[in-house]
Amino acid sequence: MKYEKVLTKGIGEVDLTRIENYEAQGGYQALRKALTGMTPADVHAEVKKANLRGRGGAGFPAGVKWGFLPEDGRPRYLCCNADESEPGTFNNRMLIEYNPHLLIEGILLAAYAVRAARSFIYIRGEFRKGYRVLMDAIEQARAKGYVGDRILGTDYSQEIVVHRGAGAYICGEETGLLSSLEGGRGEPRNKPPFPAVAGLYGMPTVINNVETLCNVPFIISRGADWFLSIGTEKSPGTKLFSVSGAVNRPGNYELPLGITLRELIDVAGGMRPGSKLKAVQPGGASSPVLLPEHLDIPLDFDSVQQAGSILGTAGVMVFDQNVCMVRTALYYADFFSHESCGQCTPCREGTAWTARLLRKIERGEGTREDIEILKSLRTTMSGTTICLLSDFSITYLQSVLKHFADEFEAHIQGHACLAERPREVRSA
Amino acid sequence: MSAQATSGRAKGRKARAETPWWERRAADIDRLIARYPKSRSALMGLLWMAQEERGWVSPEDMEFIGQRLGVSRAYVESTCSFYSLYHRKPAGRYTITVCGNIMCGLSGGEALTRHLEQRLGVKVGETTPDGLFTLLVTGECVAACDGAPALQINEEYFHKVTPERADQIVQALRNGANLVELSERIGLTAPGAVWEAGERA
Repeated sequence: MKYEKVLTKGIGEVDLTRIENYEAQGGYQALRKALTGMTPADVHAEVKKANLRGRGGAGFPAGVKWGFLPEDGRPRYLCCNADESEPGTFNNRMLIEYNPHLLIEGILLAAYAVRAARSFIYIRGEFRKGYRVLMDAIEQARAKGYVGDRILGTDYSQEIVVHRGAGAYICGEETGLLSSLEGGRGEPRNKPPFPAVAGLYGMPTVINNVETLCNVPFIISRGADWFLSIGTEKSPGTKLFSVSGAVNRPGNYELPLGITLRELIDVAGGMRPGSKLKAVQPGGASSPVLLPEHLDIPLDFDSVQQAGSILGTAGVMVFDQNVCMVRTALYYADFFSHESCGQCTPCREGTAWTARLLRKIERGEGTREDIEILKSLRTTMSGTTICLLSDFSITYLQSVLKHFADEFEAHIQGHACLAERPREVRSA
Repeated sequence: MSAQATSGRAKGRKARAETPWWERRAADIDRLIARYPKSRSALMGLLWMAQEERGWVSPEDMEFIGQRLGVSRAYVESTCSFYSLYHRKPAGRYTITVCGNIMCGLSGGEALTRHLEQRLGVKVGETTPDGLFTLLVTGECVAACDGAPALQINEEYFHKVTPERADQIVQALRNGANLVELSERIGLTAPGAVWEAGERA
């Protein structure tokens, strides 16, 4: 079976950063269609019907999210979350650098549907190239009458402001993003109130991921029924799977939601010579491990959850027999400890102590009691903080403590590592 | 003490000789602020501008930004310190940041860091005596896992960096290569293998 490329059509073949090339493959036709024949409510209804689920990790339907905005006359804002920083995930970066006009068109349509006063793209500071590409693309679009005042001669006007972050994972959390966009520390806020009610500058705000917004032009031009015909019943559409690790061809693969893990690894060139599949994380740092026995589960939002993990960002990391699972947990513990914003004690202290205990265990100096403490974090670090970073910091750890208990045991007992070619243990 | 006094004098001379960046770039600053419904949102953009101009964000820059936006210098500093990409002390002309997250780490990133330490003669966090290179390791994934191990130089990407490739990059920059062109020419790999997927499956 040959799958049709949608979001990635033309990437690697033509230079889609040039607006004429994007237009030549049908670009900005959805915007024209919407502005000349559809009301904002029509656009919203089509996206809602398509059941476009958020690609940023939560899988929440975008059309439903848009419907949460109160009708109270206050200005509304649209924010595109381009703070892609989930470990193992690199699909937003590709869309931004190689297909920026698709994102711009998606933003223009979403802003039209929710009647946003202004749109913002919050792009992580590390994406300097992406920032340049977007700034240039916006000016190309402005010159053609797609951005700015009275777009395509209609009453619809829209500005897109690109805002550079500066290195903080937590700004991918939507309220952290808003704090940062308002010119402050990127500290998350308590919810409620949710951004739909009190978001940017206290106004109703919609926040959508890059890939989510990139789907909107196709839903408008080809219709919700077409979109629903791809993928599974409850997870329609394609997904950009970022595959990395022990496969022959790491990269981004656009495939229908619901293809199996086995197919995905096959598409990514199969396992590297000499590599045996040991474990997979299907969706970023917080996704619990899947094992070889899960190769045939469909990669859609619900099936992955039923298998005990999450599809998350679809940053699929493939580990082979040479990878020490204790070490993987330590990478994440260091990461979360560094990225905790520090507002909440369970997270600030918990992530730091998790890293310390894991480092001790990895060095062969750990005890059984340390492992018991790590297991107990499930109650002390979940549901006790403003945002979910704390909760998410331990989900992968809990899964490897359960499925790879022997590796932890070996590190404690004999200073040994069960990975076939462990990295040198004491460099940290 | 005497070193401080010297650098203070040097700074004084420089300040008299040169117009501060915020005067030279007054129009850019106005444009940046006008993009936002509320001016304080321009704070991060102004910090970026300061870093572009000076190579780091100095106390004077924070003072100016606070005055321009109507917030205290303490507020500016608090915000600045939250973000790891701003330098609050002088850094090298090129900041080399090796990705220290899991996929780069498992693919030779740690060996790459050790190689760069040797090659540059500095430890992570330090700057070469000639002021050219600062070496850092970031815990944040830089979203280049298909090009692991990856590093960034002043936020420009270099994928699949072997020790030999690292030497080549460092040498090119020492010889005055343009960073953005260098990244485009030898730093980037093709955008994944998206098109192959369509053909294959």
